[in-house]
Order: sequence, then C-alpha cells, then structure tokens
Amino acid sequence: MAKRILAVDDSKTMRDMVSFTLRKAGFDVAEAEDGKAALNVLGGGKFDLIITDLNMPNMDGISLIKNVRAGSSHRAVPILILTTESDGTKKADGKAAGATGWLVKPFSPDKLIELIQRVCP
Amino acid sequence: MMSESEAYPLEQFRKTYFEECAELLDVLQANLELLAAGAGGEETLHAIFRAVHSIKGGAGAFGFSSLVAFSHVLEGLLDAMREQKVDATPDVKQLLLRASDALADIVNAARSERVLPAEFASDILTGMEEVLAGASGATAPASAMSGLESANVAVQGERSYRIVFTPHTEMLQKANEPLLLFRQLRKLGGLTVDANTSRLPAFEALEPEAAYLGWTFVLETGAPESAIHEVFEFVEDDCDLSIVLLHEAAEAVSAATAASATEVAPTAVAAAEPSATVAPTPSQSIRVDVDKVDRLVNLVGELVITQAMLTEQGSLLPVDQYPAMIQGIEALAQSARELQESVMAIRAQPVKSVFARMPRVVRDLAATLGKEVKIVTSGEMTEIDKTVIEQLNDPLTHMIRNALDHGIESPDDRVAAGKPRQGTIHLSAAQRSGRIVIEVSDDGRGLNREKVLAKARDRGLVAAGVNPTEEEIDNLIFLPAFSTADVVSNISGRGVGMDVVKRNVQALGGRISVQSRFGAGSRFTMSLPLTLAVVDGMVVSVGKETFIVPLTAIIESLRPQPSDINPVVGRGDVLALRGEYLPLTYLHRSFAIGSAVTDPCQGIVIIVQSEGAGRIGVVVDELLGQQQVVVKSLEANYDAVDGISGATILGNGRVALILDVARVREIGEKSGVRTITPKEKTIEVREDMTHAA
Amino acid sequence: MQPESQPIGTLGQGNLDGVSVGEHTQQFITFTLGNEEYGIDIMVVREIKGWTETTMIPNAPAHVRGVINLRGVIVPIFDLRARFGVGLTVPTSMHVVIIVAAGSRTVGLLVDTVSDIISVDPKAIRPVPEMGLPSEDQYLDGLVAIEERMVTLVSLAGLFGMATEAKRSFAPDMATTKAA
Repeated sequence: MAKRILAVDDSKTMRDMVSFTLRKAGFDVAEAEDGKAALNVLGGGKFDLIITDLNMPNMDGISLIKNVRAGSSHRAVPILILTTESDGTKKADGKAAGATGWLVKPFSPDKLIELIQRVCP
Repeated sequence: MMSESEAYPLEQFRKTYFEECAELLDVLQANLELLAAGAGGEETLHAIFRAVHSIKGGAGAFGFSSLVAFSHVLEGLLDAMREQKVDATPDVKQLLLRASDALADIVNAARSERVLPAEFASDILTGMEEVLAGASGATAPASAMSGLESANVAVQGERSYRIVFTPHTEMLQKANEPLLLFRQLRKLGGLTVDANTSRLPAFEALEPEAAYLGWTFVLETGAPESAIHEVFEFVEDDCDLSIVLLHEAAEAVSAATAASATEVAPTAVAAAEPSATVAPTPSQSIRVDVDKVDRLVNLVGELVITQAMLTEQGSLLPVDQYPAMIQGIEALAQSARELQESVMAIRAQPVKSVFARMPRVVRDLAATLGKEVKIVTSGEMTEIDKTVIEQLNDPLTHMIRNALDHGIESPDDRVAAGKPRQGTIHLSAAQRSGRIVIEVSDDGRGLNREKVLAKARDRGLVAAGVNPTEEEIDNLIFLPAFSTADVVSNISGRGVGMDVVKRNVQALGGRISVQSRFGAGSRFTMSLPLTLAVVDGMVVSVGKETFIVPLTAIIESLRPQPSDINPVVGRGDVLALRGEYLPLTYLHRSFAIGSAVTDPCQGIVIIVQSEGAGRIGVVVDELLGQQQVVVKSLEANYDAVDGISGATILGNGRVALILDVARVREIGEKSGVRTITPKEKTIEVREDMTHAA
Repeated sequence: MQPESQPIGTLGQGNLDGVSVGEHTQQFITFTLGNEEYGIDIMVVREIKGWTETTMIPNAPAHVRGVINLRGVIVPIFDLRARFGVGLTVPTSMHVVIIVAAGSRTVGLLVDTVSDIISVDPKAIRPVPEMGLPSEDQYLDGLVAIEERMVTLVSLAGLFGMATEAKRSFAPDMATTKAA
C-alpha cells in the first residue's frame, strides 16, 4: 500500500509542488493549510509521514510538531520541516520540538524524495 | 519512482504562485496600513512577516533571484521587528510601506518576465539594511539562500572509518529510525556493524520508548567524511557520535566479530495512548477551484432556464385541472431562484482586495502632486462577484486619482479656504437592494457648475435655451470628449476622461453619477450588479430576431410622433427629444435584418449612451418584456461579434444575442449606413477636468 | 424542443460488418451535399443531430447560419454547401448537423444527410487534383474510392482556418449589400 503523507503549508504553490512531486513518486498525499487543519486531518486517518512548513497562520509548524509528539495517534511518525531559514535557528527550534529532519527551500523534487527515503521506513 | 512521462507542470505552479502573491500582497498592504495607523498588535506584524516569507519561499522555488534577494532583506527587517530589535518608528513604517510597494513591482516584473533595472528600489534596500545594521544585536540576514547543499564527492581512494553511534531516547521520540541510518551508511560503502547491548536493562525494567542500544560501525568508503556526517545530519544533537578515520582498511579488525549483526530490528515503539488525541476543530473554509464553481454556476443557469420554460408552459395549463402541477412549478421556481442566489454567493468576495490597493494610489499621487491626503475606507467586507471585483480596479483607481488631482486642493489653498491642510478621500462600499454601491467622496473644491455648463454649451452638448438641472450639469462630465481642464494632465489616468470610467462601469452593468457642492467637495456613486453572470435585460424584437438589451444601458424608451423625426441631409434621421436632437440608429439596418419595422413611429426608440456619439436612439420593432438572463459566451466557439456582448438562452430554448448598445452605432457606420458624424469626434479628447481651478 | 441526437454507432451499420478496424485504417463519417459524398475523421465528430432553427449572427458571412443552444452551450452552425461555394442550403427537418470538435471549439456542420462510416487504409487515399485554389482554401484532404463511389475527405483544420479568413474578408461587403 502506498505510504500516506500529509503536506502542511499555507502556500498553495508549495503544497501543489510538494503534492505533485510526492504523488508522482507514488505516495498518497493529503494537504492542510496550517497546523490546526493538519491536526484535523491527522485526526481522521493514519499517516506515515508529515511534511510541514514552519511559518503559518493559526498554528505554526513548531506548535504542530509539539502537538503531534504529545498526542498518541501519530507521535512516532517522522516529521520533516520545510524551511527557508538558512541560519539554523529555525532548524534547531523545529528539531527541539521533535522534528525528524528538515529540508531547506527551495529544493528539487529529487532531493525531497531522497529525504523521504532517508526518514520514512 | 519518478515517472519520465509526466512533466513537472511548472507553468501551472507559477500561475498558482502569482495568484497567491496577489493575495499575499493584499494582506501585506492591509496589515501595513494597520501598522502605519498605529493599530494592530503583535499578530499584525506576524501576518506581515508571513506574507513576505511566503512570497520569498515561492520565489526561491521558481528562481526569481531578485525577488528572493529583496524579500529576504525585508523579511530580515520584519524578523528583527518581531524580536523587538527594531522599533516601529514612523520612519521604519514608511520604509516598510515603500518596500511593500517595491515588492509588488518586483512580483509584477517577475510575472510578466520583465527585468527591472539593477538600481530598482536600491535606496529602499539600502535603507532596510541600514536599519538592520543599526539595530544592536540584530543578526544580519544570512546573505544567501543556502539552497541545495549537494554533497561534493571528492574523488579519493577507499578509506575506513570507525563510527561509534549511541542514540539518546529523544532521537527515537523524533521518529528518527536507526535502521534507516544504517541503510544510508551502507549506500556509502562496505559496512560492518557491532551492536553494543551493555546498557540494556533487565526485561522488567525495560522502558518501551527508551533507547538502550549503541552501535559501532566500520565503513569502507570512497566518500568523504562529510558524507558520513550528512547521514547523521538530523540526529547529531540527539546522540553520541564519533567518526574516526582508520589509517588502513586492514585495521578493520572488528569486522569478524560483528558479522552476525548487520541487520537491527527497528527500535522505535509506538505506545498506545488512545485518549490523548487533540480534539478536531471544524474547518471554517475550503479552497475550491474557480472552474468548479463556474461549472456549478453554469448548471444552475441551465436549471433556471429550464425552470423558466416550465413556468411558461405551466401558465398555459388550466389551474383548476392541474393544481398540484402548478403548485409544483411555483415551488420549483422558488427553489431555483434561491439555489441560484446561493451559488452566486460562492463566487462573492469582499471588495477589500481592491480597496486595499487604493492607499498606495493615494500615497504615490499625493507625493507627486505635493498634496496632503488621507484615505478612509469603509465597508471593505461588502461582497461582490469575483469577476466584478477583478474589473473594479481600473475605474476605482481612476476615480481616486481624479479626486486627488482635481478635487483636493493644495495644502496652502486648503488652509486659505479654512479647511484642514490634509484632504480626505472617503471610499466606501455597501449593498443596497441587490446591488453594490461604491462611493468615492472628497472634501476638495467641488465642481464649478457655471464653468461646466459654459463648456458644455460651447461644445454643443447642451442646446441654447435649455436649462439643465444642477444634477444634469454635474453629470455632463461623463460625456465623451467633455473637458473643462485648461491643461492636459497625465495624472488622472493617462489621457482618459470620466467618460471612460463611465464606460468601464457600464460594461460591468453598472451606473455612475456625481453629486457635488462647489467649494465643499464631490461624491461619485457607482452602483454595480452583484454578478456578471446574470443580467437584467429588456427583450426586444427586430424582424424575426430577438435581442436582449441590458436594462442598465437603457436611459428611456419611447414611440415617437412623426413630427419628432427629422431627416438631416447626408446625416440620416434625428429624433427631437425635449429640445435635443439625437441621431437614430436602425438596428435592422445595422444587422441587415429583413422584414422589420422601418418607421420609428411604428416601432420603439430606445435611448442609450453610445460609445462615441453621446446619446442616440436605437430603433427596434417592439419591446417584449423584461427578463433576467444568464450570460453565455459567444466567443467560446465563435469569434467576437461587433455590437454583441454575449448570448443567452431564452425560456423556449432558443439563443438570443445580448446587444452591446454602446457599439451598435459604429456598426451602422461601418455597414455603409452613414447617419451623423458626431461633431464631438473631431474635438481633441482632453483630460477630464471637471473641477475648476 | 430539439430532436434527439443520434448515437454515431447506429449509422450505416452495413459497411461496418466485415471491415476489420485495424491499426492502419482510419475511420470517416460520410455525408452528402447534393450528389457529392464527403468524409470527415470520426475522431472529431461529437454527435449528429437534426436541423433546428438557428439565431442569426449579425453581419456574419453567408455560410455562418447562426448559433444554436446545444445543452446550454452556444454553438455556431456552418453551412458546408455555402462554405464550398455551391449555394446556400435550404434546410428542412430532414437536414443534419454534424457537431465536431475543431480545435478547442465545438461547431456544427450543416449537411444534407449522413450516410455511412467507412474505414480507409491511408495508403488508399489519393491526393486532390490541383484546382488552382489559394493555399488557405486547401480544405480537402484527399479522395478515396469506396465501392465505386468517390468520397472526398474534408480537412477540418483547413476548413476553419479558411472560415476565419473568409469572414474577415467578406463580412463588410456582405453587410453593405444587404443594408443597401
């Protein structure tokens, strides 16, 4: 069965690009436009991986990660953060909150797939 | 696996990106206005930051380097403000507003694939960098996007490394799976593994989520040490890790002992804790493709047409014999109407997105003219059809520019007139009886009626001996070629007058009027339909053909007396109407329709505003009644037809064409049916200058 | 009410029997204009319906017979006889409109009758003899002989490239004539 991935980003462009790349690579993809929507989606199904942006309205990526790690249904699921920050502090914040790994935007489709293979069994 | 056949639809993503940019720029603008006005709290700043951040993120993906560079610096400044390293002083706010304007320009340039000059907005960039540099402790923005850090694999011989790796419990809690790390390592070269079980407690003391194991690897690889570090990139902070280069491959002694432990079972164990899930909150909105909504609108349009046909047929039935049928048809009509309204409401959007662009217009122009003007908006949340919103920008911009250019006086003049130095432009929207009403008012000098009327008489727009009412005088400024300005200015709108605004508004099925008090200001009122998909039309017949004339275009309709019609040699017929002479256009001639009424006194004359010749009379056979019609495109399967703005389907299933009355006269002329060459056409069209100096 | 559309499959069954629709054959729907038989690529044909009254388009060339309502879509109808320059069709309820997809547009072709579906080996298509037509009038794709009949294959692309041309160049003259 295809792995299910939840892509969380407030930018539709980013969601489209991530989803397209993942679907083409054979994954099942659901989308959410912020942390709250993501928790909602997670409540309704089982996912194998979460890819999330950090800066989002309503609930940002850091809070989303904390929530997921504190909950039970997806606490052991790998979470990748997408970040445009290159200074490392956001990566560190995300990591401290419980992210599994990160990907710096902009990224190539190949890089995204490679990264998923690195963190998702 | 990536399939080769399906191309990456970059164009489509680009399109989405720019649509999103437009929304983000609106958000940015609106929140900056709040910030500038001293309103809005922390969330305002966050929203501003996020907008810039999102624009930058997408820009990177498409390689818009100047957009990335600019938004990066702006983002840095905003971040410093969020962390209170930079204060929102008036200067900084002003800088942000200018930066936001420049950002919009850079986005537009990227969209239209224009290259901006290298020095574009460099003063703003420098300004932002200076503010950042001045902020003590503010971290300078990282100079460049780190982008894709590709592992540079230097060519080198095989080397052996000993890697000692001991995960902390946190590593497992972050879903980093040791097994996957081993697989990564194995991709680099020959790998042997030795598991260290010394920390493993007795079974009864075992914590299911804790990490007890450690591993020692020997890796023989041609890859550089950095490639090994990259494997552990995500877990470096959550484990003990040492990587040691062994001098010779032969020193990999431990290989033999570890031969049996190359595969390790996954250690992350998900515990079952069913009660702790976060309560799902219902989502407030969904994003729907406009195409889907359009399809829905079309289908409902069909339904309404079918329903109209049924109603027509039903009215022929004797009520006493088919009471249930007739009741059913009435109920259907009611539901169809409600359904149509609900579907139209889906396309409705607040006018905020257009209103939000106006402060910039005011700011730019006020600076150019040396005037002091503030803009106050209200009713931004009033909703109107998306298609209308898109076409509202131009007329609105023009009206605002006009108010600023001709309405608001210079600060000194204002003070002399006993007004505050700063002029005010009010922009408001409200919904009134099924239409949306947008008003632009200013507290400037108002219209000088004497001058307007004198000019109109001079131009022959008002006949001698006719005394128009004040309201009629004010509305003369919408006539084509009307101009009271003594100089042509290029400010209000690149050489177009209020007639163009009126035409734009009429094209949207709207009306526009002006009220003014000399010395106290002017108010322009636009009334627009809530949607473009449905038009209130007058059904008219010409010969065997049926046409729809939009009601908004009709000034009045009448059946003239023979004495009202005067042929003018070489110029066709004119209709005398309350002292004015209006040229007549015969629709049956313009459209070459046979067996139509040729005598206007036997038919009907519809008075409309034409594009180039002021008011004209259009001669048709008969008015068949008013009807709401669903507008359909003729151009989808055919070409644009001069004089026709679209098509619709009548209750009987037949197609009827919708007239573009502003253009029918030009067709008459093209078809060789010359009537009057309007003398206004020969007058140079000047800038509107409705406000006397 | 408009007559029901006729499914393509029920047309001219006779010729379909025993014809192997192989990889190398191309299928055409044939129709008549007077005594002439023409063929059009079956792949572009969407449906076939009876003639219904149209709504005239002002100042359009003579071969544009107006527009109809095809399930809520406005579709122009072209009179192929007029298009081919052999006079206007006087349509009756027996006349037929072939709805085709011309590029992204849907248009109707008014013809006399629809007769058959034929399968043609592309190798059997002979070129149209040189008739000295200007290049934009190249709307005939070729000739093919079917059971002693001669079928002329029509190029939709050629037809509509030309339709646009013709309208641009003829429209004003015609309007003047009629108005005079």
